[in-house]
Amino acid sequence: MMASGNPWPSWNLLDDFREMWSFPFMVNAFRAGTLVAVTAGVIGWFVVTRKQSFAAHTLAMVSFPGAAAAVLVGVSAVYGYFVFCVGAALVLATLPFALAGESEGQSAATGTVQAFLLACGYLFVALYHGVLSGLNALLFGTFLGVTSQQVAILAAASLVVLVTLAAVGRPLLFASLDPAVAAARGIPANVLSVLFLVLLGTATAEASQITGVLLVFALLVMPAAAAQQVTARPSLAIALAVIIAFAVTWIGLGVAFYLPYPSGFFITTLAFCCYVVARGFRAVRGTRRAPAVSRLLGALR
Amino acid sequence: MKILLGLVPASGGTVRVLGGSPGRANNRIGYLPQRRSFDSGVRIRGTDIVRLGLDGHRWGMPMPGLGPRRARRQRAARQRVAEAIEMVGGSEYANRPIGELSGGEQQRLLIAQALVERPALLLLDEPLDSLDLPNQVAVAALVSRICKEEPVAVVMVAHDVNPILPYVDRVLYIALGGAAACGTPAEVITTRTLTKLFGTPVEVLTASDGRLVVVGEPEPPALYSDRHERSPASTASGASGAP
Repeated sequence: MMASGNPWPSWNLLDDFREMWSFPFMVNAFRAGTLVAVTAGVIGWFVVTRKQSFAAHTLAMVSFPGAAAAVLVGVSAVYGYFVFCVGAALVLATLPFALAGESEGQSAATGTVQAFLLACGYLFVALYHGVLSGLNALLFGTFLGVTSQQVAILAAASLVVLVTLAAVGRPLLFASLDPAVAAARGIPANVLSVLFLVLLGTATAEASQITGVLLVFALLVMPAAAAQQVTARPSLAIALAVIIAFAVTWIGLGVAFYLPYPSGFFITTLAFCCYVVARGFRAVRGTRRAPAVSRLLGALR
Repeated sequence: MKILLGLVPASGGTVRVLGGSPGRANNRIGYLPQRRSFDSGVRIRGTDIVRLGLDGHRWGMPMPGLGPRRARRQRAARQRVAEAIEMVGGSEYANRPIGELSGGEQQRLLIAQALVERPALLLLDEPLDSLDLPNQVAVAALVSRICKEEPVAVVMVAHDVNPILPYVDRVLYIALGGAAACGTPAEVITTRTLTKLFGTPVEVLTASDGRLVVVGEPEPPALYSDRHERSPASTASGASGAP
């Protein structure tokens, strides 16, 4: 996988990073990874809180035919990701159930559409007669060949997502947790839901380019889900989600540089480990504090 | 209640709320909708839920520690949230994730959320619904205490009137498509009135300490649909007055 011969880490982090960053493609990979990790960590917290993981998954699936179609018509895959994801977000927004959160019966309809979109993507790839590794990269991600232009587009998209989220974060949280009261306080919950789906589409399009279509959850859901296990403070949880996403991306890219295995695997595995550790942390803390006992005491009082 | 909040237009008549048309003064109304509880997956502290009642509708980010004025405002907001939580007796558990709390604890914190902006009017839609009996009694007593201590009028919708009867100043029965009976509990809660309103035998007993107790028929009526045709909605609305 590596073009640079057979590098091996010196275990002096400074030297190792200096070696990695002597390759422009690694510099771009770290830049793109950082942008995506920060954005995905922040929006991921809202995804988990709003219970819209499945919507995120659907949007990721859409990015696959998007990227394949873009390559087929001869433009950069970046445009395919963004156009298809944001377009799909707007389509989802017209479906009444997408705004209200997910329930069992409706997920079947979404799943049906997902499968169809995956099939379309596969057709586009077949029509392109491209190299087969292109398919792998689309599905499971690659850090090779991130162009400076792509980094610039990712930076712009991240900026838009983060600034918008900062502006609407509080009312969005209110409307997510407590729609009836939020409506009474004059919060336009439906507008915010549509806006959130569009932001999610943008973030998903970004994440798909690094983790691949099938592994977007590694950055979009896992870090935030792990952070929520550790703390119930919103600001702390968002910060922690960003830190986890950032750390797993950097470590994953670093490991993938030295080992002949794909970065998507390392990033996802690290994020998974974070989630498992976070769950364990919560379980241990829970038994120590014994919530059932303190609840009983509270009831008696 | 949605009409009072201006969320639904009235099909007839005029409505005035706090001296204006509905929806104009919603920042002076605390609202507790009828709800299912937060499920155990909701990983947000109770404090944060209460805080949403104070500034959850504001746009932009609360930037911590930017200038002394902002810091002061932040401190005042935190203090107000703590006060509201103290008022409902929730300080013990307000820092735990809301999904881990019992229904009664969640309901108390939601009442704190409705109270945190010092509203003039508190609208409670079935606040005792889905609570167990001790919690029903406790929350009813809590609401009564709040409306005596704070300058706030409480309007409460309830299907089961027994837990709230000791505290209610005025009762409005909405049935048969309109306001069917209005007055003090002693005037409205009578065997004759309730039997007429519900279209099924209802008995009102007086306990030894003078409290009223509403008792329904031991068996449900055989013809449900028949009863519903005659009275599409039977709801008691208890209003506890404050200054």
